Amino acid sequence: MSDNPDIVVIGGGNAALCAAITAAERGARVLILEGAPKAYRGGNSRHTRNFRCMHQGPLGPLVESYSEDEYFEDLIKVTGGKTDEGLARMVIRSSEECLPWMEAHGVRFQPSLSGTLSLARTNAFFLGGGKGLVNAYYRTAEALGVEVKYDAQVTHLEVDDGQVVRVEYHQNDLDFALSPKSVVVASGGFQADTDWLARAWGPAAKNFLIRGTPYNRGVVLADLLDQGVEQVGDPTQCHAVAIDGRAPKFDGGIVTRLDCVPFSIVVNKHGERFYDEGEDVWPKRYAIWGRLIANQPDQIGYVVIDAKSIELFMPSVFPPIEAPTIEALAEKMGLPPAALRQTVDGFNAACGDTSAFHPTELDGVATKGLNPPKTNWARPITDPPFYGYSLKTGVTFTYLGLKVDERAQCSIGNRPVTNLWAAGETMAGSILGQGYLAGFGMTIGTVFGRIAGQEAAAHAN
Amino acid sequence: MQIDLIEEARRQAQICNACRYCESYCSVFPALHANRSFADGDIVQLANLCHNCRGCYYACQYTAPHEFDLNLPRALAEVRQDSWKDFAWPKGFGALFDRAGVAIATALVLGFALIFALAQALRPETGDGFYAYMSHSLMVAIFAPAFLAPLFAMSVSLRRYWHSVGGGRVKLADIWAACRSAGRMKNLEGGHGDGCNFEDEDRFSQARRHFHQATLYGFLLCFASTTSGTVLHYGFGLEAPYGFLSLPKLLGVPGGLLLCVGTAGLAWLKTKADPELGAKSAWGGEMAFILLLFAVSATGLLLYAATGTAAVAVLLPLHLGTVLAFFLLTPYSKMAHGFYRMAALTRDSARHTA
Repeated sequence: MSDNPDIVVIGGGNAALCAAITAAERGARVLILEGAPKAYRGGNSRHTRNFRCMHQGPLGPLVESYSEDEYFEDLIKVTGGKTDEGLARMVIRSSEECLPWMEAHGVRFQPSLSGTLSLARTNAFFLGGGKGLVNAYYRTAEALGVEVKYDAQVTHLEVDDGQVVRVEYHQNDLDFALSPKSVVVASGGFQADTDWLARAWGPAAKNFLIRGTPYNRGVVLADLLDQGVEQVGDPTQCHAVAIDGRAPKFDGGIVTRLDCVPFSIVVNKHGERFYDEGEDVWPKRYAIWGRLIANQPDQIGYVVIDAKSIELFMPSVFPPIEAPTIEALAEKMGLPPAALRQTVDGFNAACGDTSAFHPTELDGVATKGLNPPKTNWARPITDPPFYGYSLKTGVTFTYLGLKVDERAQCSIGNRPVTNLWAAGETMAGSILGQGYLAGFGMTIGTVFGRIAGQEAAAHAN
Repeated sequence: MQIDLIEEARRQAQICNACRYCESYCSVFPALHANRSFADGDIVQLANLCHNCRGCYYACQYTAPHEFDLNLPRALAEVRQDSWKDFAWPKGFGALFDRAGVAIATALVLGFALIFALAQALRPETGDGFYAYMSHSLMVAIFAPAFLAPLFAMSVSLRRYWHSVGGGRVKLADIWAACRSAGRMKNLEGGHGDGCNFEDEDRFSQARRHFHQATLYGFLLCFASTTSGTVLHYGFGLEAPYGFLSLPKLLGVPGGLLLCVGTAGLAWLKTKADPELGAKSAWGGEMAFILLLFAVSATGLLLYAATGTAAVAVLLPLHLGTVLAFFLLTPYSKMAHGFYRMAALTRDSARHTA
C-alpha cells in the first residue's frame, strides 16, 4: 500500500497520530513517515505530560470546571495578546470533546499527582507521560491499518500549481517518492537544527541545550516556506527555560528542570548577580530565566543556595555541587572565589528580617539597598554546606511555523494548497505568538491533528 | 549485597524522582517519590515492592539509546534477586538462587528417589489408597520437617529483610492491606485497570495478572486441601482416601486445575516477554520453579485420576518428590518472592499509615 497511500502523514508525534487515526477511521489508507527510529518515535510528544482542557463540569480526571473564557484569559496572559483569538477559541472549545476521544483511543490519565503544580482542574496528566500516550496511539493506529515507516526522513514536498504533487523521503540510504492524494505535515519545529537557531538568534544559540527530540530539524518546514507556503510566528524566537547546565545537549526533557532559583542567588561566570531571583514563583519565571541566561557571557549562570533551602524544591536529576565554604564552592564550579564571596557577603548584608519567609507564597522577604534587589525569599546564604548548580538555556520549541486556517489547511498567498494540512508544533505559531501555557501544545496538536485528519480524508475519499 | 547493583538502581531512582511521570502505575513510584535520597534499605524495599509489570519501562522517554539508559524493572529485579541471596539463611544457601534450575532438578530427582526407595523398602502391610504404598506416619515423618524447616529459614530471612528496610512494629492492619493488594494483584493492574505490559511490549493485558492469580489461588486451595485432610485425620479420625465430595477433594481438585492452568500460562508468557527487562541470570531458575509448581499440580491430579491402578506406585513418589523439592527449596527459589513481596507490601502500607 505504501506505493500509493491516500494520505501521507509526515511526523510521528501526537498531532500526526491524531490525524492518522482520524483519517483511517474515515476509511483512508494512511502512511506515517516518522523521521526518528522506533525507539525515538513521537517527537516532542515523548516529553510532554498533560493536556489542557476546557470543561463545564467534572470530566475524566479533571475536577470542577474550566470555562472557555477563563482558559482564553490564561492564554492571553502568557502570549501578551499575540494570539489569533478565533483559532484559539476554536481550539479551547474543541478541547472538551478531545478528552473522551483520547480515552477512547487508548490514552489513560493519572488520578492526581504529588509534587507538581496544582493543575488538577485545568490539565489532565497522561499516565506514564507523553510516551505512554504515543505508544497507545501507535497501537490504535496500527489496529486501524495505518502503516508506519520509521527512520523515514522527508526531504522535499513538490508543490505545483497549488497542490502537493510529490512527497520525497529518505530511508535506509535509499530515496523514495510518493504521490498521495492528501498530505498532513506534523513534523514539529526546527529547534534541533542549531545552525538555524544560531542564524535566527545569533551565535549565542550554539550554547543552548535542546530539551526535546534531536529529530525536529525543520526540514519540511524550511522546504515549504522556500516554496512560498504562508508562514506565521516570529522567526527569531524560541521558547526557552533555564535548566540544569549539565543536561545533555538534546532530549534531557523534564528531569533537567531546576526549581531552586527563588531560594538562591544566581551569578554569572564573573560571580556577579544580574537579576531579581525572587521576582515571582518559579513556574511564572523559568521562561524569563531562559532568556536571562542566554544574555550572560557564555550563556551560563550559577545558582548558589545554602543548607536551609536544599529541601525546598523538587529533586533534580543531577546532585548539586556541594562544599563547606563559599570559596570552595566557587572553586568547584569554576567561579572566581573572591568575587563570589563579595557577592554573597553583599547579598547577606542586604537581607533583613526573614521571619515571614514562606517558600510557596510571595512572602515579601526582600533585600534592602541591593542592586539588583531580591524581592521575595531573600534569606542570607550562611549555613554550610553550600550547594551550587549551573544553569543553561534550554530550548523547548520554536514559534516560526506554517500558517493555517480553522480547517488546518496551508496556503500560498490567498490560495489554499488544496491537499496540504498542518497540525501540531509546526503550526502552533498560528495560535501561540509568544510565551507558553502548560499543556496547550498537546491541545493544539490534538485538535488540529483531528481536523487535519478529517479534512485530508474528506479530500482523498 | 552487591553495591554496584544498588548503586545502579539508586542512579535510576534519582532520575525517576526528578521525572515522576509514572506515578500511578504501581506502588513503587509513590514510595520512591516520598524520598529525596535513597539509602540502601530504601532501594531494597523498592526492589521488593516492584512486581516487574514493566509499565514504567515502556512509557519511559529515557530508555536506551538515550544516554540516561533507564531500565528500572531490570535494575530493581537485579537488586531484588541479590537481596534474596543475601537474606537467605543458613548463609551460603543463598548461592542456590544462582543455580535454581540445577537445584530444582537435583532436589526433584533426589526427592523422587528417596520417596520411591522408602515406599519400596517400608511398604505397609495394610492401608487404603496411597496409604497402601506409604504409611501415614512415614509421610508425616518426611513432610513435617520438610515443611517446617524451610518455613523457619524463611522467617529468619524475613526478619533480616524487615530490619534492613527499617520496618517497625508489625501491625495487623498493614498485613491486611498487603493481603488485599496481593489478593487482587493491584500492582499488575497498571493503575488504569488495563493490566500490565509483559508478553507483547507496550500492550497492556490482564494475562499475567490472571495467570498469576490462578497460580496463587490454586496454590492456596491445594494448601487448604492438605490442611483440611490433616484436620479430618487428626481431629475427626477420618482417614484418606477421601471421596470426591469430601473437603480435601473439593478444595484440591479445583486448586490443582487452577495451579496447572496458572503455571502453564505463566511459563508461556515468560517465553514471550523480553528477558532484558528482568534479572537475566534468574530467568532459568524462575522458569524451572514455574515448571516445578506445574509438576506438583499435574502429578497431584494424575495421582487422583489413577486411584486404584498400579500407576500409583510410580505416581505417588513422583508427586511427593515434587512436593518435597518444592518445600525444601522454598527459601532459595522464586517461591521466596511471595514472602518478600508480602513483607514489602506490609512495609509500604506502614509508610502510608505511619
